[in-house]
Amino acid sequence: MNRFDYVRPATFAEAIAAASEPGAAYLAGGTNLLDLMKGGVVRPGRLVDVSRLPGLGAIEWLADGGVRIGALVRNADLAHDPEFARRFPAVAEALLSGASAQLRNMATVGGNLLQRTRCAYFYDVAGACNKRQPGAGCEARGGETRNAAVLGWSEHCIATHPSDFCVALVALDAVVEIAGKRGERAVPLEGFHRLPGETPEQESVLEPGELIIAVRLPAEAASFSRHVRYLKIRDRTSFAFAVASAAAALRIEQGAIVAARIALGGVAPKPWRARLAERTLIGVGPDRPHFDRAAAAALADARPSGDNAFKIELAHRIVARALALAAAGTPARLPALPASPFAPVAGVLHA
Amino acid sequence: MSVSVLLSVNGVAREVALDDPRVTLLDLLRERLGLTGTKKGCDRGQCGACTVLVDGRRINSCLALAASCDGARVLTIEGLAEEGALHPVQEAFIAHDGFQCGFCTPGQIMSAVGLILEGHAGDDPERIREGMSGNICRCGAYAGITAAILDAGRRLAERDRAEAA
Repeated sequence: MNRFDYVRPATFAEAIAAASEPGAAYLAGGTNLLDLMKGGVVRPGRLVDVSRLPGLGAIEWLADGGVRIGALVRNADLAHDPEFARRFPAVAEALLSGASAQLRNMATVGGNLLQRTRCAYFYDVAGACNKRQPGAGCEARGGETRNAAVLGWSEHCIATHPSDFCVALVALDAVVEIAGKRGERAVPLEGFHRLPGETPEQESVLEPGELIIAVRLPAEAASFSRHVRYLKIRDRTSFAFAVASAAAALRIEQGAIVAARIALGGVAPKPWRARLAERTLIGVGPDRPHFDRAAAAALADARPSGDNAFKIELAHRIVARALALAAAGTPARLPALPASPFAPVAGVLHA
Repeated sequence: MSVSVLLSVNGVAREVALDDPRVTLLDLLRERLGLTGTKKGCDRGQCGACTVLVDGRRINSCLALAASCDGARVLTIEGLAEEGALHPVQEAFIAHDGFQCGFCTPGQIMSAVGLILEGHAGDDPERIREGMSGNICRCGAYAGITAAILDAGRRLAERDRAEAA
């Protein structure tokens, strides 16, 4: 790990000033940043520890029925907040399908949005990566692409965004609150992350020194609570990143879908909202042919970035199945294996 | 740069002057305080061998900077037994063969104590296995670990009921 200066500011203004300097990075839960620093993948000259900044650790219920989640709320505390889990069960399920219990006790809401890709070529400092070193090239192209994108990628970068939480959030129209030198602003999560294009090193709309202070979910997001799921395929049942995942939310009235939300994870450089697919579901019955049609629409623009064409079919099936699970109804209690396509079988040791 | 850290470790106040902010909580425990029960496995948050409780919650001490833990209350495997008697989770790991080589065991036990404190898994073996997925056991003692946690969870719940009565 490189040497760095460690500062622990007492106020937003101090934090923003300290983090506006070149080479500075915010430190909150540290679960991703310290891992990257140990590998030499990122080398900040200054860590600005915001983990004790006041006013960022609360889950606030808004007068209009929405919720404002402070950027320092820990993943575990949000997922296990009874009122939050009741209104936004798929967000809780997505959170609990990610990482391990220890990491969820450390990792924060703001940090989750800013976690870096788990592309092995980004982590391999001996290899070329445009995200790590702009202009160096992309060794993932032509490499092992099981975890690479099939949507939204460019010739310069095929890495995926690894978050589960963000997939459920973007499906439900979350908004990111940001503080910076010029005051505060709010950005829809759907527009918060950038596609790689020719500048894969620019991953979000944050300007130097800007700090995520909260994530809001609108009141309407809770209107899906009876028919909403997160489903995630990974290479082991727990503690693994998504090969493909989907959040699906439906509002069903008198046998017809009146509102739908679909987002995909593990297949794109950002949490991927599938708005065209959502529109195919309005006014139709909640049944398998319509879910297949929606899934096809969600993957219509997909193309392999290497030897990963299977992910297009896999993601199609995950979307269709997430929609079917949502239509069947949100379970009263979160499953023992959150977001898993496998149900526990009594008496066997492994799912 | 130097950083001064004040911690409660296993109930004892410890003030440590760090000459370098890169020191993790794990390295502080092992290299500066001589508490080598907490193990360094992967040092990247993937194996759970370094699990300790910080302010009552299980975390990977390898991914926490010691400086960030200033003021925290830390419990390690060395602080679990009280008055010479093993903690019920420690007893249950012995009774159910919840280990073989023992390297991951301090992390497994601290994680299990954290899991029982969280109270979400209850007596459901599948929820216990899911809740322990952040602790890898290279020997594959998982069946014994799950049985030990089920047993310890029951005994701790009985103890709580007896104390409440």
